[in-house]
Amino acid sequence: MDVYLPIANLSVNGLIIVGLGAITGLLSGIFGVGGGFLTTPLMIFYGIPPTVAAASAASQVTGASVSGVFAHTRRGGVDYQMGAVMVAGGIIGTGIGALLFNLLAQLGQIDTVINILYVVLLGSIGGLMAKESIQSIRAERSGVSMAAKKRRHHPMVASLPMRWRFYRSGLYISPLAPLLLGMGTGILTMLMGIGGGFILVPAMLYILGMSANVVVGTSLFQILFVTMATTMMHALTTHAIDIVLASLLLFGSVTGAQLGAQFAQKASPVKLRLVLAIIVLVVAARMALGLGYRPDDIYTMAPL
Amino acid sequence: MRNLRASLCALMALFLLTGARDPILVPEVSQHEVDLQQGFTGTELLLFGAILSPEGSRAAQDYDIVVVLKGPTQSIILREKQKVAGIWINAAGTEFRSAPSYYAIASTRPISEIVDDKTAAIYELGLQWLQLSPIGAINPEEQSRFSAGLVELNQKNGLYRESEGSVKVSEQVLYQARIDLPSSVPIGTYTAETFAISKGRVVASASSEVEVRKLGFERAVANFSDNYGFAYGLLAVFVSVGMGWLAGRLFALI
Repeated sequence: MDVYLPIANLSVNGLIIVGLGAITGLLSGIFGVGGGFLTTPLMIFYGIPPTVAAASAASQVTGASVSGVFAHTRRGGVDYQMGAVMVAGGIIGTGIGALLFNLLAQLGQIDTVINILYVVLLGSIGGLMAKESIQSIRAERSGVSMAAKKRRHHPMVASLPMRWRFYRSGLYISPLAPLLLGMGTGILTMLMGIGGGFILVPAMLYILGMSANVVVGTSLFQILFVTMATTMMHALTTHAIDIVLASLLLFGSVTGAQLGAQFAQKASPVKLRLVLAIIVLVVAARMALGLGYRPDDIYTMAPL
Repeated sequence: MRNLRASLCALMALFLLTGARDPILVPEVSQHEVDLQQGFTGTELLLFGAILSPEGSRAAQDYDIVVVLKGPTQSIILREKQKVAGIWINAAGTEFRSAPSYYAIASTRPISEIVDDKTAAIYELGLQWLQLSPIGAINPEEQSRFSAGLVELNQKNGLYRESEGSVKVSEQVLYQARIDLPSSVPIGTYTAETFAISKGRVVASASSEVEVRKLGFERAVANFSDNYGFAYGLLAVFVSVGMGWLAGRLFALI
């Protein structure tokens, strides 16, 4: 099924794009992450221009997180106050991200920066996740339950001024901490076309010390609104969103997300986390190889 | 004044003299409009025509025919990756003011056998003779390295093509060449030029135009995105939220 993409200016096999969306949708349904970290590199690998890929991936993450947000809302798993602060930070972040994107694109270093960010972020987060899930699988086998970590926010968070009460998260901390966290992921969303869930969730748990039952819902809430803001930002600055491409991706990913969510209820969460860690590490390793090996195309072209 | 008139006369005489001998080319293209829309996966243009003597009868002489299809030129920056501290990054670059967005050349025989380098350079016959107008003071060696890089990149993308020996001339009068346009072909007005060459000299040339454009839905989407960014963004957000919500509802029913 050949589909001509009006913004990317090329013809692609529509089924491959739908399939790609379905794979990332499955991941997002199973693991609760957006899956943008996989879509963007795969689309670039398929031959879609990098800017179009990153811009269109954001809307796919929006679609995949919608149903998750609804589900978590129903069972009271979203801290709206915390979410709003993080969304505010995220929107500021997308603005900064857009400026950085333009600056780096002018310098011709945007691709390298994106690749290095992927390697560093995915490598470290994937490593941490793998270590943790292996530890808990071992603990499960030996029958000794791991001592639950005492939930506490990071000392640096405690030193910030102007504290607010976040009832649902069970926190009394400065709103600056979630604002900065939101800002950081906003920048990454704009630069890398990812939702940032795999960074947000551990950060909310271990840096902010939020109560675990609102972490996933609130992070999805933040991702939903920040990817919407990113889509708007791309529409206004890069004009690189291909709505045909995005629709194909969405079609695959929203279906995949539903299937994944059903599967996730049956599988063991610890093993799921290990699988996700391995996928993340593989993507990071592939990116690292790409940086070190001689690329196929030494030359790249950009309009002036 | 007198000098000017004299030289004009000389020029006229030259035209008349050569005009009497040189053939006439009547070129045609299989389609003057290429529409980029759903289902477009690239196309093949047939560039054909006739070589006639000035009297309108068939030329009855072997001419070499070179056909060039050229897209609109653009200003681009070409970047070169080099290995710095273990990783490949864009380390050098140069700008070109007039890189054709598409260039295809077809000829009856290899260009180097038809014309000398000087003529090839004047008429831009061949990828190595493209006048790319590099900007900035860089030495000729570096310049040719970047030009070669640009050509290589575009050849790989299928946007620069060279096919020597692919023009067929039948009965010394009809010529035809097939040129492929990939699906990633840029929009704009293309010129199709035909050259008749005899004994290393271009004796006749003629050109026609091909319009590559987006049509209907594709054109509307591109215009919408370029001119109404805010509304386009809202539409994209609406589509993504809507599809996510719809899928959630549908699966809840199952």
